[in-house]
Amino acid sequence: MPTLTVIEANGREHRIDVEAGKSAMQAVIDAMVPGIMADCGGACSCATCHCYVDESWAAALPEPVLAEREMLECALDPQPNSRLSCQIRITQHTDGLVLRLPQSQV
Amino acid sequence: MTPEALLLVVGAGHAGAELAVQARECGWSGRIVLVGDEQALPYHRPPLSKAYLAGEATLDAIALKARVTYDKAHVEWQPGRHVAAIDRATATVRFSDGGTLPYTLLALATGGRPRPLPAAAGAAAQAPNFHYLRTLADVDRIRAGFQQGGRLTIVGGGYIGLEVAAVAVKCGLKVTLLEAAERVLARVTAPPVSAFYEQVHRAAGVDLRTGVQADRLVLDASGRVAEVHCSDGERIATDLVIAGIGLLPNTELAAAAGLRVDDGILVDPCSRTSDPAIFAAGDCTRFMSPLYGRSLRLESVPNALEQARCAAVTLCGQERRQDNVPWFWSDQYELKLKMVGLSQGHDRFVLRGSVEQRSFSAFYLKGTRVLAVDTVNRVPEFMLAKRLVAERLPVDPERLADEGVPLKNQIAA
Repeated sequence: MPTLTVIEANGREHRIDVEAGKSAMQAVIDAMVPGIMADCGGACSCATCHCYVDESWAAALPEPVLAEREMLECALDPQPNSRLSCQIRITQHTDGLVLRLPQSQV
Repeated sequence: MTPEALLLVVGAGHAGAELAVQARECGWSGRIVLVGDEQALPYHRPPLSKAYLAGEATLDAIALKARVTYDKAHVEWQPGRHVAAIDRATATVRFSDGGTLPYTLLALATGGRPRPLPAAAGAAAQAPNFHYLRTLADVDRIRAGFQQGGRLTIVGGGYIGLEVAAVAVKCGLKVTLLEAAERVLARVTAPPVSAFYEQVHRAAGVDLRTGVQADRLVLDASGRVAEVHCSDGERIATDLVIAGIGLLPNTELAAAAGLRVDDGILVDPCSRTSDPAIFAAGDCTRFMSPLYGRSLRLESVPNALEQARCAAVTLCGQERRQDNVPWFWSDQYELKLKMVGLSQGHDRFVLRGSVEQRSFSAFYLKGTRVLAVDTVNRVPEFMLAKRLVAERLPVDPERLADEGVPLKNQIAA
């Protein structure tokens, strides 16, 4: 099972085993790691599942589509490595992915 | 708080599931019991009229939280259990299976049920090809009747009806949609926006009829709906009928228990009901909106989550007051439809962008204040609109339509 490492804004790290096919957002919610709100449930409509992809992984993930890019511009404190975690699918190819959570989603 | 304290959450939809898990995260150290009528693991409701109906999402994919998450949070999830009554004097609930459970704190997240269609009176209501669309079971039954080339009649031109029409067209059904008002979404959008939706659906092949009510569902010898008889005299032969004409809040439990109810269980900004030991959250509630200066009953996922979180924080001893602007989204065809605010009482309507090009933001103003915005394929403007509405930022109505000036430059932030 692929693993996902999620680092809260306060530095606390969580290593989660995730069923392949699940979104990173759902993995964080299911693991009860605080820092993701996911108000629209993964419909790319609220930008409250915002995360930062670790530099080492930035090139490895598929590019965000227009819908996600548009929402990301409006997230709180977007950076070049920002993603909406509801749009990141966990697979064997993302095994070891590291995401950082922002200080706040709103 | 003693370890025997019990928080009972009634209703396992968006609000209930969130409230139960968040209460644990906020520090509730007693038992948490989450009961719901349905057997299925609590699920996201919006996909039911979208990806799940279209067969593009599995049940697993729409679970609100993984099964193990409830265990992790020490939430005792009890599916398929219905609460029949609340006895506030003894702080006990009685289940329809005869069981009872005393509670320390109670949270009602009972949601709503479809408004019954008058035309489906009598035997028609039990017809195997007549459906409402609210639950997973509804959609599983609907999907069983979704045949390529089948004739679907949708009664109701609200968001549910329009979403179902879009999915059905995609699945190759022949769709007729009946809306009783003179235009779709009449209560929530201005005429140009209604006209936009009607044009999009008709272009996709939906036979969309406004100003028409379904008067009677006529059954064949086997008890299936065979025809829909309309108020304009038309008779529509049909294989499947889906009605989406509104939601009634499930307030009966609360009303019978003597809580204050008025088309919704009345709650304060912290989701407290008129009983200090009882909270309520989600589609079943009515609350006073500081933003609009009137009470609201919202059918919206973000509201359910916000009220659930306020309840969870508050019942653990802090206070969290609801602080969010009503917003919604809809998926129809490839359109990105995102709406914020409530437009009732607007005195001016400004369209920014192009209806023909399917890219616009429609502003509903009262003076220089933006009450609501409907956006179509305008995601960045939607996100700005949320701030405009929530923070009551004044705008110059004369400039709003000027696409030469980016919206973000028009906000006196």
